[in-house]
This record gives sequence, C-alpha cells and structure tokens, in this order.
Amino acid sequence: MNCNETTKKYYRANKLPHIWCPGCGHGTLTNTIVRAVDKLGLNKDEVVIVSGIGCSSRAPGYLDFNTLHTTHGRALAFATGIKFANPKLHVIVIMGDGDSSAIGGNHLIHASRRNIDITAVVFNNNIYGMTGGQFSPTTPFGDLATTTPYGNIDKSFNLCSLAQGAGATYVGRGTAYHAPLMQKLIENGIQNKGFSFIEGLSLCPTYYGRRNKKGSAFKMHTFLKENCVDKKVVDKDPEKGKNKIIIGEFYNNPQPEYTESYQVIIDKLQG
Amino acid sequence: MADERILLQNIPWCKGCGVCVGFCPTKVLEIKDNKCFIANRDKCILCGQCELRCPDNAIWIGGKK
Repeated sequence: MNCNETTKKYYRANKLPHIWCPGCGHGTLTNTIVRAVDKLGLNKDEVVIVSGIGCSSRAPGYLDFNTLHTTHGRALAFATGIKFANPKLHVIVIMGDGDSSAIGGNHLIHASRRNIDITAVVFNNNIYGMTGGQFSPTTPFGDLATTTPYGNIDKSFNLCSLAQGAGATYVGRGTAYHAPLMQKLIENGIQNKGFSFIEGLSLCPTYYGRRNKKGSAFKMHTFLKENCVDKKVVDKDPEKGKNKIIIGEFYNNPQPEYTESYQVIIDKLQG
Repeated sequence: MADERILLQNIPWCKGCGVCVGFCPTKVLEIKDNKCFIANRDKCILCGQCELRCPDNAIWIGGKK
C-alpha cells in the first residue's frame, strides 16, 4: 500500500481514504493515538479500540487493532466489560463530544468515578457533524448550529473539569494543532493505571466552521495555535490565560484501580 | 552521506483540504485540481510538517521510491 510505515502497520489501509470531510481534525487526532501506541511499543493484539456513534467513532474502522464500534454513548460501558473480562488489555475509547457528554454523559461520570483502567479520548469538534450540524454540549455560547440558528444560549461543558470532578485520575487536553502534546497526553493516559480522560480539540470545517465563519481548515488550525495556552504558562502568569483555552496536563493522581480492587476481593474470598 | 529521504504522496487519498499547503514553511506545495501538488520539490527541507498535519495520511517523508 502506498503510505508511510506507521499507516502500513496500524491502519486497515484498504479501508482508506476515510469518510471524514476535507480538513477534518479527526484524522490528525487519530494519528496521535497511533503514534502514541507505536511510541509505547504496545502489542497490537493487546490493544482494543472502542467507539460509540458519530464522526469520531468511525476511527476504529480504519485502525488495525481489536476494534469495536458500539451504540451511541455506550462505548465506555462496552469498554468496561472488555477490561473486566481481560484486564491485561489496553482499552482505548474514542468518543465525540456529543457521544461522551450528552448521550453517554452518565457513562462518562461513572467510568471516571470507578477509576477503571481505560483511556478515554474525546474528539471534540463542538458540533454533531454526522447528523448535519446540530449544537452539542460543547458548542460555545452564542455560536450557530442548525438547531441554534440565532445563537446557542446553553453554556458549554468543560469536559476536563467534569471528568476530574467525577474522579478520573489522569486528565489532559490537547488539540489537533498541538499534535505532539496530544500524543504525549495519550501516552501518559495509557500508562496511567486508572481512568484517563484526554480531550482533543478537533476542528469541523464543514458544519461548525462554515456556519460560524471560521474559514478554511488551515485557518481553524491557526485559531487553535493562537488561542490555546499551556497550563504550565498560566500557572506562572495567570494573565496569559485570560480568554484563552487552557491545554496541557491538568491532573495526574494515581488511585487504586477498579479491576485490581475486584481481584483483591476474589483472592480474599478464595482464601 | 546525502539524505536519501524524499517527499511522497498517495494522490487518491488526498482531499485537497490545503492544511499541508498552509503549514509548509518553504512553499513546496500547491492545490491543483482540488489535490495537493508538489510544485517546488527542490525547496523541500524534509521537515515533516505536512506528514504531521495531513488528516488523510496522503503525504509523507519516506525512502526513495
């Protein structure tokens, strides 16, 4: 197949090109997951990629791991079952913003609370792209969508704060533009023995971008470049974080892991 | 030893989004007929920005064909 070595090794190249629109950030974010797995040298047979429904959830179809494309919002529930059945697997869940925080919002907070060893990666494009551009729980206040033609009056979720508040033990935010940071966060997330939540700010030039006059895909990348500040910078000088999107590693606090705690009970009862 | 690596493309995978064209620091790339086109190959410095940014894995730095 005519492609680079990582694509040859980790993609189902016969399924490419993928369905995503020209310039969609999801392709770039999927590559960050692939490079993180490659960097950690994980055995492909011990990696499981699970997804729900939506643009983002098409990703596992193109990836050559054990993959599972599940129902809307329920990716974490299926992933919990997989991890419980075989705790030695590395389970990575790819969800969209709507999939993870609206339809699957309850699954997200409870998977976070349990601290089960799953790495959840959210491709946040601020919109329901696949169904035609309805506003999602992360559409910014005032922005336009097909279902908010006069502007969105809902406040958007801060997904990282939500996951951290619910009990996730590793939390970070990267973007499609900050691909090397995103890759590093995913590597750390996979290595964290517990629930890791990594939000990847994606870009939707078709539905979100066009309706809100954000310009070309390259212009949307430039927006991410100019409007995101690393947490380390803001910690030193809070002024620099004013009206900016904060990215980077937010929380890293390992706690007892769910399947391990369960094994302790099994061992105890078997005497 | 001369660098044997070269900029390669899989044209059928390219959707002509222009992200690589925007990021290329030496203006090697252009959009032609809705696809990325290597217009100035001699200017390529093999920085790999196009490969890092391309959402479609359609352009990369590889060994010589």
